[in-house]
Amino acid sequence: MAAYDVAVEERPSASSVDPVINDFSIQIATVNGSGSQTANLVLLRAIFQMGVPVSGKNLFPSNIAGLPTWFTIRANRKGYIARKKEIDVLVAMNPETAREDVLGLPAGAMVVYDEPLDLAALRGDLVFYPVPFDTLLGKVSRDVKLRRRVRNMLYDGVLSRLLGVDLDEMEAALRRQFGGKPRVVGINREALDVGFAFADEHLDKRDPYFIEPMNANQGRILVEGNAAAAIGCMMAGVTVVAWYPITPSSSLCETLIDYLRKYRVDAETGKATFAVVQAEDEIAALGMALGGGWAGARSMTATSGPGISLMGEFAGLGYYAEVPAVVFDVQRVGPSTGLPTRTAQGDVLTTAFLSHGDTRHPMLFPCSPEECYSMSIDAFNLAERFQTPVFVLSDLDLGMNTWMSPKFEYPAKPIDRGKVIDGETLEKIGRFGRYRDVDGDGIPYRSLPGSSAPAYFCRGSGHNEWGQYSERSDDYEKNVERLSRKFETARNWMPAPMVEINRRAGIGIIAYGTSHWAVVEGRDQLLDEADLQTSYYRLRAYPFRSGLASFIERHDRVYVVEQNRDAQMASLMRLELKAELAGRLRSVLHYAGVPIDARTITDDILIQEGYRAEYSVADGPIPHEAGVGGE
Amino acid sequence: MATVTAPVKKKTNRLGLELPAYRGGKTTLCAGCGHNAISERIIDACFAMGIEPDRVVKLSGIGCSSKSPAYFLGSSHGFNAVHGRMPSVGTGALLANHKLVAVGVSGDGDTGAIGIGQFVHLMRRNLPIIYIVEDNGCYGLTKGQFSPTADVGSTLKTGVVNDLPPIDTCALAVQLGATFVARSFSGDKKQLTAILKAALGHRGTAMIDVLSPCVTFNDHEGSTKSYAYVKSHDDPLEELDFVPFFEDISIDYEPGTMREVTLHDGSRLYLRKLDHMYDPTDKMQALRVLHETHGRGEFATGLIYVEPAADDFLTTLNLVDEPLASLPESRVRPPKAVLEEIMAGLG
Ligand SMILES: Cc1ncc(C[n+]2csc(CCOP(=O)(O)OP(=O)(O)O)c2C)c(N)n1
Ligand code: SF4
Repeated sequence: MAAYDVAVEERPSASSVDPVINDFSIQIATVNGSGSQTANLVLLRAIFQMGVPVSGKNLFPSNIAGLPTWFTIRANRKGYIARKKEIDVLVAMNPETAREDVLGLPAGAMVVYDEPLDLAALRGDLVFYPVPFDTLLGKVSRDVKLRRRVRNMLYDGVLSRLLGVDLDEMEAALRRQFGGKPRVVGINREALDVGFAFADEHLDKRDPYFIEPMNANQGRILVEGNAAAAIGCMMAGVTVVAWYPITPSSSLCETLIDYLRKYRVDAETGKATFAVVQAEDEIAALGMALGGGWAGARSMTATSGPGISLMGEFAGLGYYAEVPAVVFDVQRVGPSTGLPTRTAQGDVLTTAFLSHGDTRHPMLFPCSPEECYSMSIDAFNLAERFQTPVFVLSDLDLGMNTWMSPKFEYPAKPIDRGKVIDGETLEKIGRFGRYRDVDGDGIPYRSLPGSSAPAYFCRGSGHNEWGQYSERSDDYEKNVERLSRKFETARNWMPAPMVEINRRAGIGIIAYGTSHWAVVEGRDQLLDEADLQTSYYRLRAYPFRSGLASFIERHDRVYVVEQNRDAQMASLMRLELKAELAGRLRSVLHYAGVPIDARTITDDILIQEGYRAEYSVADGPIPHEAGVGGE
Repeated sequence: MATVTAPVKKKTNRLGLELPAYRGGKTTLCAGCGHNAISERIIDACFAMGIEPDRVVKLSGIGCSSKSPAYFLGSSHGFNAVHGRMPSVGTGALLANHKLVAVGVSGDGDTGAIGIGQFVHLMRRNLPIIYIVEDNGCYGLTKGQFSPTADVGSTLKTGVVNDLPPIDTCALAVQLGATFVARSFSGDKKQLTAILKAALGHRGTAMIDVLSPCVTFNDHEGSTKSYAYVKSHDDPLEELDFVPFFEDISIDYEPGTMREVTLHDGSRLYLRKLDHMYDPTDKMQALRVLHETHGRGEFATGLIYVEPAADDFLTTLNLVDEPLASLPESRVRPPKAVLEEIMAGLG
């Protein structure tokens, strides 16, 4: 047991209100580039190590230093990890935003702030704790040169005392981060102690928030989605990586490079079983990935919206000439440069049809690091099985934030290299025709350059089933119809949706990617606050499975929850659904740049279902008899 | 006087293949198009060097020139990419399989306009690829508009005058770090074949700009890329003789009349002095000569620059000996213990 657990035992000082244990959110407002990331991750990890379900979201500007940054940590004993709309604990370190940050808090919130900011006078309904950070920094005796950098560690010390976050767990988190640098760990620990001692001596706890140890994180890891995808790519056996830096995808390739260097260098020869190229732009990155895929490598690139836009022409070539490649799109807010460091699910339609002509691409939608990992492996198999670019649509929230996750499972299935022709198949099928539908599933056989298999000329211009140039109408029609057939075949190979049918539910919810976590919580809120039962269909891939229509058919109304303005996934569904079913779709849309939260979904559905006239924070829970719902 | 012992013309090459094994489909380009002559020279060079057709990949962008890979080496794999982006596709293919012999064909529009970015980065990477620019000063496939290599004052068939300066792909390549830069003329059978053979013996980017008249849109008076103009303004830097590594032939010459370049595969290229001695390993001289000949309205042809020993891109990547494309699962999927180690590190 940690030495400072007494904080929890001294609860009486927060006597006026009931304690709130393991269910609140902390927002830390700092300036970009001030080194707060370490302090924030240490706090997050310490709570995680105490066995309390936790999530962290970094809201940062597109800037290297100087602009405001907010880091939100949510602890939740029930395991909700979506962003929580309301902030309960604020650490105000940034003079520029402090006023606005405080004014936006709900009544009863607590504020730790840099004393000179003088915030206490702003509101009477909050609990304020002024902390003279600069004075405290002077008390950090070790290494005066390094001292400036641990200023943010002081608030971790203060929070440790106020909230009951174990100091030793914080130190353990520090050790993880600075492993081989005891000096750095030492000075950070000292800053923690200074902060803790100050709070202990000078702050009288008047807020209700406490972290208490739980045992919910057995077997769990903390990881960013991009790192998870990188691990997946390595385990998928990626051999060619071409990329061009862009937030929020860069860390996927950067982490992958680290892992490949560590685990994919031949022990005997010291030579690499992979090639990574930082391309001149995203067009070249996809060109390299396609060149690699064509010649038999497992190749990939990773980008975000602006890169996806540039990749259009090559994506069409990949589709039409049937060349495998995996493309990660870690989505950020568009259009154009948009909000480069904010999250969205806004590339769904663009990616589905990326390029001119009748083009369609398979897409995967991971909702968690675990799925970033497993779907990376799926993506490489699907790309080679279907000989086409496969897109994995993650987002900034998933890719760059730190998530709790179960440990990843070693792949159960061997690598699937698809239909690559060899002597035996050649004998079976007779003459090799690159685009011949030998098996009736729309998937032709391919041969690899450099092998002794028959050659063909790969081209994006019209071709017949023998791979010869052709402008004939019948050849064209036959070929694109086969491509449709191939896409149909792909439906049942895509990761299946997660479906929860609730027999008592009149309405259904469909969501994908990171919207999932807010939906999980939102469904509980709907039940608790309005006794509204829902079914849930978490979509995991495009092309959709046929079961999508039957899910919609079972419900009177189905809410498609997504993080874009234009209801992109709902639109994509409408293209395939019968008019009657398409008419049952409604949308819950969130496009504020911050991750979607449960409250937004709950309120929106309650309004659309007729339980409420309009949203108001002050409304509080809906009494059960408040509405009869729907039409 | 130098004496060359010419090899006896054989019907089969060192692989026992005959010339037709290197032919491709029937051309659909205009009769007399320079590009067709270049295809013939590629066939000749690959045959003479005994290149295994199934090790070759033919790459191109979009244009009349870029269509031509369909008309040579019919039993080699080919990839007709998108306009101006052949370098990236070629890069990927070579990463997948570094044992491939890559022959890329582009046009002056495909390279100098839409593809200039990828061209620039290809040159600086020194990827082992033969990159041929079939240079006709115009866009053939879209019916004769000016390309970025058209000279100032040059006219279109319609009389429109070009008033922008040209891009010299050779000068650019030299400056960007290409390790083999040559210029030739589709009508100069001997020189072009020697350059192509030497390019096949080089390890690194071999950039060859071949003046290749478009007989349909840019062969009139007023064009500086017409057959007649190029023929009369061709200013060879040297006379080239090529001896492949597998032939034991020696060339005797008086000192000061000839320069010998040994290529990566052991083949030798002999540069016989014309009016003055040219040193193709001197970058500054190369750039000066290109500048001066262009100033005279002429074309310096031959081997312009070579750096036979430079590391190529694939070497710097330190890849395993087998092609990445053919590595089995056991070499590319780390064992369970690795995943467990990573998981433990994140727990
Ligand atoms: C993205 C794109 N833009 C425009 C075109 C139209 N286009 C086809 S070939 C070509 C120019 C080809 O010129 P060049 O590379 O000099 O080849 P040539 O036909 O002269 O051999 C153009 C502009 C295209 N295919 N793709
Ligand atoms: S248009 Fe010009 S470049 Fe094209 S094939 Fe004809 S002659 Fe050749």
